[in-house]
Amino acid sequence: MKKDMVDMVFEGLLRIGDDNLILGHRTSEWCGHAPTLEEDLALPNIALDLIGHAQALYSIAIQLKSDYNHEDQLAFLRLEHQYKNLLLVEQENGHFGNTILRLFYFSTYMKYFWEQVSINCFFKKLKEFAEKAFLETSYHSKYSSQWVITLGDGTEESNKKMLEAVSNMEPFIGELFDNDEFADISFKNKFLPKPSSIFKNWEKEVKNVLKKGKLNLPEILLKKNGGRKGEHSEIFGFLLSDLQYMQRAFPNSKW
Amino acid sequence: MNSDTNNSVNEIPLIEEFQKKIDRDEKIEPKDFMPEAYRKTLIRQIGQHAHSEVVGMLPEGNWITRAPTLKRKLSLLAKVQDEAGHGLYLYCAAETLGKSRLEMTEELLSGKAKYSSIFNYPTPTWADIGAIGWLVDGAAIMNQIPLCRCSYGPYARAMIRICKEESFHQRQGYEIMLTLARGTKDQREMAQRALNRWWWPSVMMFGPSDKDSPNTETSVKWKIKRHTNDELREKFIDAIVPQAKKIGLTIPDKDLKWDKKRNNGLGGYAHGKIDWEEFWKVVKGNGPMNNERISSKKKAWDEGLWVRNAARMHASKNQSTVVAAE
Repeated sequence: MKKDMVDMVFEGLLRIGDDNLILGHRTSEWCGHAPTLEEDLALPNIALDLIGHAQALYSIAIQLKSDYNHEDQLAFLRLEHQYKNLLLVEQENGHFGNTILRLFYFSTYMKYFWEQVSINCFFKKLKEFAEKAFLETSYHSKYSSQWVITLGDGTEESNKKMLEAVSNMEPFIGELFDNDEFADISFKNKFLPKPSSIFKNWEKEVKNVLKKGKLNLPEILLKKNGGRKGEHSEIFGFLLSDLQYMQRAFPNSKW
Repeated sequence: MNSDTNNSVNEIPLIEEFQKKIDRDEKIEPKDFMPEAYRKTLIRQIGQHAHSEVVGMLPEGNWITRAPTLKRKLSLLAKVQDEAGHGLYLYCAAETLGKSRLEMTEELLSGKAKYSSIFNYPTPTWADIGAIGWLVDGAAIMNQIPLCRCSYGPYARAMIRICKEESFHQRQGYEIMLTLARGTKDQREMAQRALNRWWWPSVMMFGPSDKDSPNTETSVKWKIKRHTNDELREKFIDAIVPQAKKIGLTIPDKDLKWDKKRNNGLGGYAHGKIDWEEFWKVVKGNGPMNNERISSKKKAWDEGLWVRNAARMHASKNQSTVVAAE
């Protein structure tokens, strides 16, 4: 692979890897604190899948560059601006409905994303991984959609909480579908789908689920972005201090 | 406790048949006759066990976001998830005896029901995750393996699955300690400090000495329990001491010594005096983390009320839609 192609693949793997790692981190924060024991089982399970995806993607990425010899270097030892995740996934959890709606938006997006990667991607390792990731992400989307409907439709209070969640998430959705320069290049090279190409399917499915939960999808505008360029929210630094604590406090140790 | 307490005269033949069944090593199933005291003992024991699994998620969950590597993070997540699963099987097993999960949860949150005191100790470092796996899960397995043959069928069956997972957790914990012990000076010290913190609480996990354990005799007769607290405790110490030596860690008991006369001449370790005052202090609610653990579970429960209400309401609406459609 030529250097510019290597750089492109590496960047793409980081973007998706970071999305999964950071959402996995946030989801894992629920462990032991969920509203029911079933959810205390489901949320760590989903976090396990997401962090597992990140690990798999980083391990493909490090094979491309000689600067790295372990996926943990990517997960734990980058500076804030070197993480390329969406702003959506780094936001604090808020209440259960907020966490669920974020998971629903993200996993529904990723379901269509992986589906396209599994069909069109030129890079065999990612194409193969996409088949497994598609199945797991479809499950996350289904699980969270059921809760979105349940909470939206449940009681007056739960509907109000879900309205809050819809409004909390709204500024961060546009970034999911933003076609930046990288997105155009990677699409032209048959690497990753264009984010905007996922919008139609995503919107249809999300609207349908929200409607069953007596909720509406607001108009999607690009309000907040920057994550893909490494420009993160203030709270992201705290997330990293948690995530990186051991690797920073005890450098060069084996665990 | 006496098995014959509070049973009516009419029940005496049933109780005799029940005991014979147990003596023949047959299982008691949910719809079979059982003396009220047997039912209550099991509800208390299985409930406490379920609560321990659920509360036990907290000290370990404390390190998920800070786990040092992706591999360790994934193992810890999987482990904590297993514990939630164990909690679920156990609540289900207890429900077959006629008590609902909701009632048991309310008793946990109100402080009426107990859980294993071990989870009232803090996990200040990553090494505590290793120590919990190695020692706490190790002690739990010693307690739980005999329960796979417990006379109550649903509990015995749940325990078979739980024990398989717990022994995996114990190996994982020991492997964390082994890695730390072979690591840098800081890591070795971290491992030793964690062992110092968890040793005595783990030894106490088997409960009071046999002479102070009123439930043991009846539970042995009913085959809910097959070994006494002290027997299990000694077995645990005999298993762990060589493991600690192998990785160069020191058990924090200066009176620990090999005694070749123990176990009918097979040998075993004599241990130092256990601080039962400390044990009872923690059992009575004054351990380092009792308040935090229950407050944390209570907060999650209270904050989740709107979610559970919504789920109930949504289900009942759907139910009426189905009925209307019929």
